[in-house]
Parts: sequence; structure tokens; C-alpha cells
Amino acid sequence: MESVLALRGLVLLRDSVEWEGRSLLKALIKKAALGGEQVHILGCEVSEEEFRAGFDSSINSRLVYYDLFRDPLNWAQTGEALPGGPLGALQAMCERTDPGPVTVALDSLSWLLLRLPCAALCQALCAMSRQHACRGGGPAAEQLCVLGLLHRELHGPGPMGALSSLAQAEVTLSGTAGQASAHMLRRRPRQRPTLETLWFSVLPDLSLDLQGGPPLESQPHPDPHTPQVDPASHLTFNLHLSKREREAKDSLTLPFQFSSEKQQALLRPGPSPATSRIFYEPDAFDDLDPEDPDGDLDV
Amino acid sequence: MFPELNNLLNTTPDRAEQGKLTLLCDANTDGSFLVHHFLSFYLKANCKVCFVALIQSFSHYNIVGQKLGVSLTVARECGQLVFLEGLKSSVDVFFRAQAEPHPLQFLRSVSLQPSPEVHAWEANAENLQPLYEFVREALKPVDDGEAAWRCPVLLVDDLSVLLSLGMGAVAVLDFIHYCRATVCWERKGNIVALVHDSGDTEDEENNILLNGLSHQSHLILRAEGLATGFCRDVHGQLRILWRTPSQPTTQRDWSLTYQYKIQDKSVSFFAKGMSPAVL
Repeated sequence: MESVLALRGLVLLRDSVEWEGRSLLKALIKKAALGGEQVHILGCEVSEEEFRAGFDSSINSRLVYYDLFRDPLNWAQTGEALPGGPLGALQAMCERTDPGPVTVALDSLSWLLLRLPCAALCQALCAMSRQHACRGGGPAAEQLCVLGLLHRELHGPGPMGALSSLAQAEVTLSGTAGQASAHMLRRRPRQRPTLETLWFSVLPDLSLDLQGGPPLESQPHPDPHTPQVDPASHLTFNLHLSKREREAKDSLTLPFQFSSEKQQALLRPGPSPATSRIFYEPDAFDDLDPEDPDGDLDV
Repeated sequence: MFPELNNLLNTTPDRAEQGKLTLLCDANTDGSFLVHHFLSFYLKANCKVCFVALIQSFSHYNIVGQKLGVSLTVARECGQLVFLEGLKSSVDVFFRAQAEPHPLQFLRSVSLQPSPEVHAWEANAENLQPLYEFVREALKPVDDGEAAWRCPVLLVDDLSVLLSLGMGAVAVLDFIHYCRATVCWERKGNIVALVHDSGDTEDEENNILLNGLSHQSHLILRAEGLATGFCRDVHGQLRILWRTPSQPTTQRDWSLTYQYKIQDKSVSFFAKGMSPAVL
């Protein structure tokens, strides 16, 4: 189960308003730090204090944090802002990674994508892996992992498509019945993309708890404590037919069904006119014409 | 403030949380009753409130506030309330000297043509920094060492009108970003902002603003009109979504939906389909 989390290259964590992805991002950061990797974080959306909350001190000391939250656009003019704005900060991160396994976390890629041109951001992401490979220590595909948090509702299909084409894996977060799920699409070179679904939860200490399948609560099963009640018992009307009643019902001819008996009855001359009569008293407004109205028809 | 809404949100003026961003949103209905609720709530909670009121006049909010038990006039005089009346002060922008900073000075600059050598994505280089500076100054902690007010609160009614006035969605998001950094993080205060949801999928700027703020919010209150149309006894439906943007919790973000009826001095809430008029 843990092998599915061996993510390398650019990994997009696509979350939504209902299913936030920052806790999964932090869980993956914790896993990388515990694995001995360098971890660099570009924090744009929340304060450094809030981001570091939940990590214990040993992990916190391993995290290299670039704070773009406090003054990203240099409005305060205190000189403490990261030089070069958001793009400069991203480029500075590339330059400061040492050779060896590195995890870079971008919190969030959406923040950067709203403020930088998409092309510049994509170029910066490509440059990151290229520069890391140049610095030595094996191909970048194995050494560098860039986790980018992306809020799906914020971007159109163009920028999302551009980032997807660069990404080696996309993790789409959703869930059901209070349980979060991650749909992972992985693209490996010269292999078909694979898609799998993980059900998980992030514990308060930021470790990842993977569950095997969808939560049991989503499958309805009868409650064993309430006895099954037959709703057809104790009725004031009869729902069943006895044998005699069923036979009588089956032998009944429906009024609009044309059966052979009916045909015979119609062909046979009806009962003699003497047995049935119609008595009619015309009133003052009736206009009785003795002429046959069909008399002029040549039938 | 509406006591029934406090019950639904499980909060009272003396137990108000700090460091939170609350997003108010309305779709097909008027969600301003939520603004009045939070204004009176935080004034009763003894917080220092900076109200950026771009939609209505001071007297409008004052009249409604009096029905809810707060006097904005008294709060403003004693320094608890800093009120930016957008309707009145926007006119001042055009009659003041250009060099003087004004929180709404973007109104003057947005009408200028962007210079051709600027990249297309920088064409609207105007930002809301003067408005942010105004908020920062208004909610500056007092220097006498003794905190007169509990925590600073920024209330904005509303952010969608800034888009109508020519600001880009990213500029408004930047403004709220800086306000969060100062008011929520640095000074442990709260922000409450109203955004309209036009429901128009083609209004990209408004959707970016609404979704961008939703991702940063701790609490989202969404007032919606009923899907079946207008009704005399049920004025709309309120969806409440609690979020934890960066902390994992054993319980995922959860939401509740209630229907409501606005009365003269209060709003009554009930479960869907359980309006007293129907039962």
C-alpha cells in the first residue's frame, strides 16, 4: 500500500472547497522528511506558523520554508519580502536545493498560477527539474518530487491542461460519506497511464491512514436489532385469493375482449323483439322526420 | 445579531473565535441580513470593527443596527467602529488633490488607459493597496498597553462591487490576502466579507473571487433563494459549511442547511420543510 505513495516528478494535488488538500500535502511532506529527503516549502496561502502546526519539532527543523504569505507583493516595503516576487522566489528555491532526493512543496500552485503567466510558471517548473539534474546525483526523475497544491475550481481547462501535461502524477481529492478519497493518475515513461483510487484519512499527527475500500457506511445493510416486520399481516382487507375465487376470476370474460362466445352471440339473432321494447314519448320540441336519413345512400 | 443564528453557529459574543475568515455568499437572494448580523455580533462582542461599507449609507446600517440592539453612532464616536462610507467618500476621490492618498483612489486610476508596453496580464496594474493601508491603520492596536477592545474585525460589504468598479479578481484576492496576513494572523482578528454569486458561469472574475475566497475561509455561509421561487413564509435557504483549511480533523468539513424567514427584528431558522406556516 505504501508503494503507491512513491511519487516522483511533478505531482498535482487537485482539491476542492469541500475536500481540502493541504492536510494531504502536509502528510506527504512528513513522509518525505521522515525518509531523509530535503524538503523545501514555498508557502503562499497560509502563514508559516499555521503550516508548521502539526509537525513535531524534529520534522520542523528539517523543513526549509520560504514565506511568501506575509508580504508577497512588497507592499510593506520593509525589505523583508522575497526578492523578485513570486517568480523570483520560485527560481531561488531551484537554486538552493542540494543534490540528492528533494521534495519541493508549493502551497499553492493555484496562488502562483493566478499571479504569474501560465507559460512562465510551466517553464519555471521544467527548469526546476533540469537544474536539479544538472547539479548531479542521478536523473531528476528519481531525485526530485514537486508537490503542487491546485484548487480545481479556480482555473480554466487551458492552464489545468498545461500543468497536467507536465505532471507525472495527478491526485484528485474527493470523497463520500465523510471519507476522503484520492484518485491517482500516474504517467510513467513508455507505459500506459494508470488510474487507481485510495481511501484515506489524515490523522492529527499528519500520518496517512490508508483504508482498503470505500467506507462501510455507504453500503446500506439492515439493522440487526430491529425485527423484520411483515407489512402484509394484520390487514383489514384481503390481499390473497382463494382457489375458487381465482378460478372464477380466470374464467371471467372481459367486456371489451372479443372472444368466440361473443362472436356467436352477435351473429345469433338477438332475443325476439317482443321481449324488449322501447317506449318513447316525444315532447313538443322534437322534430321527428319519418324519412330515413340514409335513404339517399346507395348501400 | 440573531440569537437563532448564533445557536446554529454554536457561538456567542463572549465566545467568539479569533483568527478566522468568514465568507458570506448569496445567490438569487439578498444576503445582507448576514452582514447586519455579524456587524452587531462583533460590536456586542466588544471588538474593534472596521467596516468597509460600499453598498449602503451609514444611516441604513444604523437603522438596522438599532433594531438589533446596537448603535453605530455611539460605536463610531467612542472609537469602537471605523466606518468607511463608500457611497459618500467615493465622490471625494475626484475632488481631492491627486497626490493625497485615499482608500478608494483606484476609482480615479482605473479609468486611465494601460500603457502599451505593459504585458497584457499586467494591464490592470492598479491594486487595492491604499484600501489595505486604510484598514491596517484603522485596526492598529492602541499604544496605551491596555487593550480597550477584544480583537480587531474587518467587515466588507461587499467585494463583488469592487469587480464592478473595474478591479480584477486577483487584485481583490491580493487585498484580502494582505488583510488576512495583518488582521487574522498578526493581530488575531477576524474578517467577514460578502461576495455575490451571480450563478453566471461566464462571469469568470466573480467565480475566481468566490472560489479563491472559499478555499481560504474557515466558515462559509451561503444564502440561496428557494429553487421553486419566491415564498411568503420561507425567504430562502442558508447553507453553513465549516472548513479547516490546513488542519486535519477526525471529522471532515461538515455542512448544515436550514431555511429561514426574515422578520422585522429577527430571523427565524428551521429545518427544511419545517416552516411553521406549513406545519
